[in-house]
Amino acid sequence: MDFIVVQFLNGVASASSLFLVASGLTVIFGVTRVVNFAHGSFYMLGAYMAYTLTSQLPRGSLGFWGGVIGAALVIGLVGALLEFVLLRRLYRAPELFQLLATFGVVLVVQDLTLWTWGPEDLLASRPLSLRGAVDVMGRSVPVYDLVLIAVGPVVLAALHLLFHKTRWGTLVRAATQDREMVEALGVEQSRLFTAVFFLGSLLAGLGGALQLPREAASLNMDLAQITEAFVVVVVGGMGSILGAYLAALLIAILQAFGIAIFPKITLVLMFLVMAVVLAVRPYGLLGRPQAVARVGGSSLAVALRPAGSWSKTAAAVVVAVLALSPLVLGDYSMTVLTEVTILALFAASLHFLMGPGGVVSFGHAAYFGVGSYAVAMAIKYSGLPMLVAVVGSPVAAGMLGVAVGWFCVRLSGVYLAMLTLAVAQIVWSTAIQWDGLTGGDNGLLGIWPDDWARGRWVFYLVILTISAGGILLLRRAIFAPFGYALRAARDAPLRAEASGINPGIVQWAAFVLSSALAGVAGGLFALAKGGVFPTYVAIGRSIDALLMVLLGGVATVTGPLVGTAVFVALQDELSRFTNVWRFILGCVIILMVLAFPEGVVGFAARWRRDPDA
Amino acid sequence: MKIITAALAGATVAALTVPASAQQGPIRIGEMNSYTAAAAFTVPYRNGWQMAIEEINAAGGVMGRKIEVVSRDDTATPEGAVRVAGELAESEKVSLITGTFLSNVGVAVTDYAARAKVLFIAAEPLTNAIVWEKGSRYVFRLRPSSFMQSAMLADEAAKLPVKRWATIAPNFEYGTAFVADFKKALTARKPDVEWVGEQWPANQKLEAGPTVEALIQMKPEAIFNAEYAADLAKFVREGTTRNLFKGKPVVSVLSGEPEYLDPLKDEAPEGWIVTGYPWQSVDTPVHKAFLAAYQGKYKDYPRLGSLVGYVTMKIIAAGIAKAGSTDTDKMIAAFEGLSIDTTMGPIQIRAIDHQSTMGAWVGKLAVKDGKGVMVDWKYLDGKDYQPSDDEVRKMRASNR
Repeated sequence: MDFIVVQFLNGVASASSLFLVASGLTVIFGVTRVVNFAHGSFYMLGAYMAYTLTSQLPRGSLGFWGGVIGAALVIGLVGALLEFVLLRRLYRAPELFQLLATFGVVLVVQDLTLWTWGPEDLLASRPLSLRGAVDVMGRSVPVYDLVLIAVGPVVLAALHLLFHKTRWGTLVRAATQDREMVEALGVEQSRLFTAVFFLGSLLAGLGGALQLPREAASLNMDLAQITEAFVVVVVGGMGSILGAYLAALLIAILQAFGIAIFPKITLVLMFLVMAVVLAVRPYGLLGRPQAVARVGGSSLAVALRPAGSWSKTAAAVVVAVLALSPLVLGDYSMTVLTEVTILALFAASLHFLMGPGGVVSFGHAAYFGVGSYAVAMAIKYSGLPMLVAVVGSPVAAGMLGVAVGWFCVRLSGVYLAMLTLAVAQIVWSTAIQWDGLTGGDNGLLGIWPDDWARGRWVFYLVILTISAGGILLLRRAIFAPFGYALRAARDAPLRAEASGINPGIVQWAAFVLSSALAGVAGGLFALAKGGVFPTYVAIGRSIDALLMVLLGGVATVTGPLVGTAVFVALQDELSRFTNVWRFILGCVIILMVLAFPEGVVGFAARWRRDPDA
Repeated sequence: MKIITAALAGATVAALTVPASAQQGPIRIGEMNSYTAAAAFTVPYRNGWQMAIEEINAAGGVMGRKIEVVSRDDTATPEGAVRVAGELAESEKVSLITGTFLSNVGVAVTDYAARAKVLFIAAEPLTNAIVWEKGSRYVFRLRPSSFMQSAMLADEAAKLPVKRWATIAPNFEYGTAFVADFKKALTARKPDVEWVGEQWPANQKLEAGPTVEALIQMKPEAIFNAEYAADLAKFVREGTTRNLFKGKPVVSVLSGEPEYLDPLKDEAPEGWIVTGYPWQSVDTPVHKAFLAAYQGKYKDYPRLGSLVGYVTMKIIAAGIAKAGSTDTDKMIAAFEGLSIDTTMGPIQIRAIDHQSTMGAWVGKLAVKDGKGVMVDWKYLDGKDYQPSDDEVRKMRASNR
C-alpha cells in the first residue's frame, strides 16, 4: 500500500513538470497554429539560464526562486523575440513551414548552448530547504516532489484566471476559435501572437528551470522533452490547458506504475497511450475539432500539371546522366549519390501523401524502417536472394500502412500527424528493444547485395531503376483519375463525396501506396548501407524526410527530388568539414524558409511565371 | 534537377583534385568520433590525441614521415558512421581508421572495416562484440570491454557480505551487456548470490523517482549500476534523498571517470565502488609528465577520454613504426602482439582477439573539498581479466 501511495505521488510530481512544458506548447499552438519544435529548446535554455542565475544569486530559497522566475522571464523574452524576428514572417506560408523554421532554430540553439555553457552537464546546488525528504507511510518522499505536486495545479489555476478573467485572456480564447474574426474586429494580431509566444516560452522556461533541483542541465534535454510534450498536448487535446494537465497526470501515473511492472517497455508505454486515446477520441481527451484557418495553408492547393514534352526530355536526360555517373565519380561520391537516389524515392513517397494527399505524416520513417528491416530479415534469416527480399519491403511496409492508414484517415491535421508519430515511435522502440529479432541497438549487419550486384555499375543501376520506377509510379498516380480524386478529397471533401468519391477510401489507398514505396526506399537503403539500425526509424529520419519535401516545395512534383539533393548535400558535406554543422544547417534552413516559403522548386516555378513577384 | 547535375559536376572536380597520398608525404590517419552529439566526452578525447600527434611529429614522426590526421564527426549514428568511414578510406585515402565512442557505431564501423578490408582501431566503445562475436582481423580495440570491467568490479563485489542484488542500467546494448557480464562474473565468483530485480530505464530518459521507488521495493542488499551522464546525476540525487543507498553497497561502472563524476560535485555518492580515472593521484612519473603537459597545453585537467585519445595515437604510431609500412596486412601483423609502455602502464595488443590489455582504475568514491574523487584505488591490468583462449576462439569462430 505504501508503495502504491508513494508511486502515485511520484507520478503526480512528474505530471507537473510535463504539464508546464506541454501547457506552453498547447497555448502557442491553440492561437498561432504553429507546431513549435523549438519549445524543447526553450525548456533546455530555461534549465541552463536558471543554473546561471541561481549560481550568481545568493544561496538559499530566495536566490533559488529568484533564479527560477528570472530564468522563466528571460526565456519568455527569447520566445517573443523569435516570434517577432522569424515566425511573424511565416504566418501566411503553408502551416508546416513554421515547423521547418522552428526545427532550424532547434539546431542553432543546440550549438549556441554548447558554446555558451560548454559540453559538461551542469548540476546546480539546491537550497537546503529543498534537499530533505518527508516521511510518507514509512518511505522518504523528497520535499521538492511535494513542491512540484503543488506547482502544477497552481499554474493551471493561474492560467485559468488569466484566460477567463482578463480581457487579454478573452481575446486569446477568441483567437483560438477564430483568429480571422478577431482580426476583423480590430484586434492587432501580431501583438497578440507575440504575447502568446512570450507566455508559452515562459512556461517552457519555467518547466526547465524547475527541473534543475532534480537533474543536471544537459544538452540532450531539448529533444528528450519535446516529443513527450507533444504527446501530452495531443492526448489532452490541442489548445486545451486542462486537457494537458489531465493527460500529463494520466501519462505520468501510468509510467510510474509501468516502471515497476514492465521495466523494459517504458519507452513504448507513452506512445501506446497516445495511440489508444487518438483511436478512441480523435481530438484528445478535451479537444475539439480544429477550426479551419482561412488564410495560409492554401498554397498547398496549387493545381499540378502533367509534364510537358520539354520536361519529359529533361527528366530523361537527368536519368541518363545519373545512369552514366559511375563512369566519372569516385567511390565515395557514388556512395553519396546512391544515398540521394534512394532518399529521393523516400521523399517522393512522403510528398505524395502530403501534397496531393493532404495527409501530413510526422512518422514516415516507420514505413522506411519496416521496409529496411523486412529486407534485412529476409536476407539474414531466410537467405533469400536480394531481389526477392526487396519485394518483401513494400509488402511489409504496405501492411503497416493498411493498419495505420485506417485510423489515420479518420483524423486530420495535427492529430493525424501525431498519430503517425506515435506509430513511428512504437516501431522504433520495438526495433531497439526486441533484441533477439532486430539485433537491438547494434541492428542487423552484413546485409550486402548479392554477388552479381556488387559491382558499382550494376548496384547503382539497380538502385536507380527501382527508385526512378517508384517515382514514376507516384507521378503516374498523381495524374491518373485516382490522383484527381485524391486532390478532390483534399480540397473539397464534401463536394468529392457528392460526386461519388469516398474521401476516406481514396486517402487510405494513398496512405498504403505511399507507405509501400517508403518501404522500398528503406529496403534499398539497407542494401546500400549493408545493415539496418533503429536510427532508420528514429524521429530524426522522419524530420529529415519532411525537410527534404518542404525544402523542395510541397506544391510541386519535382520539389522533393531537388529537396533531397540539397538536404543530403548540405548535411553530409557540412558534417565533413565543420563541427558546427548543426548551427550552419539550422541557419541555412531558416534562411531558405524565409527566402523560399514555397520551397526551392516552388520559388523557381513562380519566378518563371511571374519574374517580378 | 539541374542542381543535382551541377552539384555532381562540382563533386567530381573536388574528388579529382584531392591529391593521392604520395609515398613520401605524411602518413594519413582517419579519425572519427561523436564530436557534436557527445561533446562532453569527445572534446577531451580530441585534445588528448592532438597532443600525442604534436609530440610524435615533434620527435620526427614515424619512419621519417609526419602523421596527418583527417578528423570527422561520425554523426553518432551507425549509418552515418559507415558513410564517414567510407569517405575516409575511399576518398581521403587514409592508411587506417580510428575512433568512435558509442558501441553501436563502433560495431557498424567494425562491419564496414571487415568488408572493405580497412584497418580499424576502435578506441572507446566498450561492447564485447567488437572483438568477439563481430570481431575480424581488420579490427582492434583499446579500452577494456564490458566483460573486463565487469570482471574487475565483480572481484570487489564478491568480497561484500551481501547476497541480494538489484541492477539498474539503461536499456540498450551498453547497459544490457554490462548487466549480463556482471551477473555472470559475480555468480561465478559467488554462486549463492540472488538477483532480486532489474530496472531498465530508457537511455537518458530516467524517471528517477518512480525508478528509485521500484528499486527500494525489491529490498536488495546491494545495487549494481550502469547509469551514466545526466541520468547518473538524477539517479544519485533521487536515490540519496529517498535513502535508497543507505547501508547498501553500490557497484557502479564508469562513475569514477571525471566525465561522469565531476558534474556531481559535492553530491558524489561516497563509498560507491567504481571504475574510473583518479587523475589527481596517479603518481607514476609518466603520468605526472602527461598531466603537466596536458594542463600546460589546455589549462584544464584531463578526463579519461583525454588519456585514451593520447594513448590511442601513441599505440597507432608504435604499430606503424613496427610494421615499417602502411600496408594493411603488414600493419595487422605488427599490431598483433604489439607491446608498448604507455601512460597507463605496459599494454599488449592480444593477437588472439585484437583486444588491448589496457586496464582500468577501480576504487571508491569520496568527497574532498566539495568535489568527487576516487580513493583507495588500484590500477588493474587488463591481461588478468580475460576469458580463456578456448572461449575466445569459440566466440570468434565465425569471423572474417
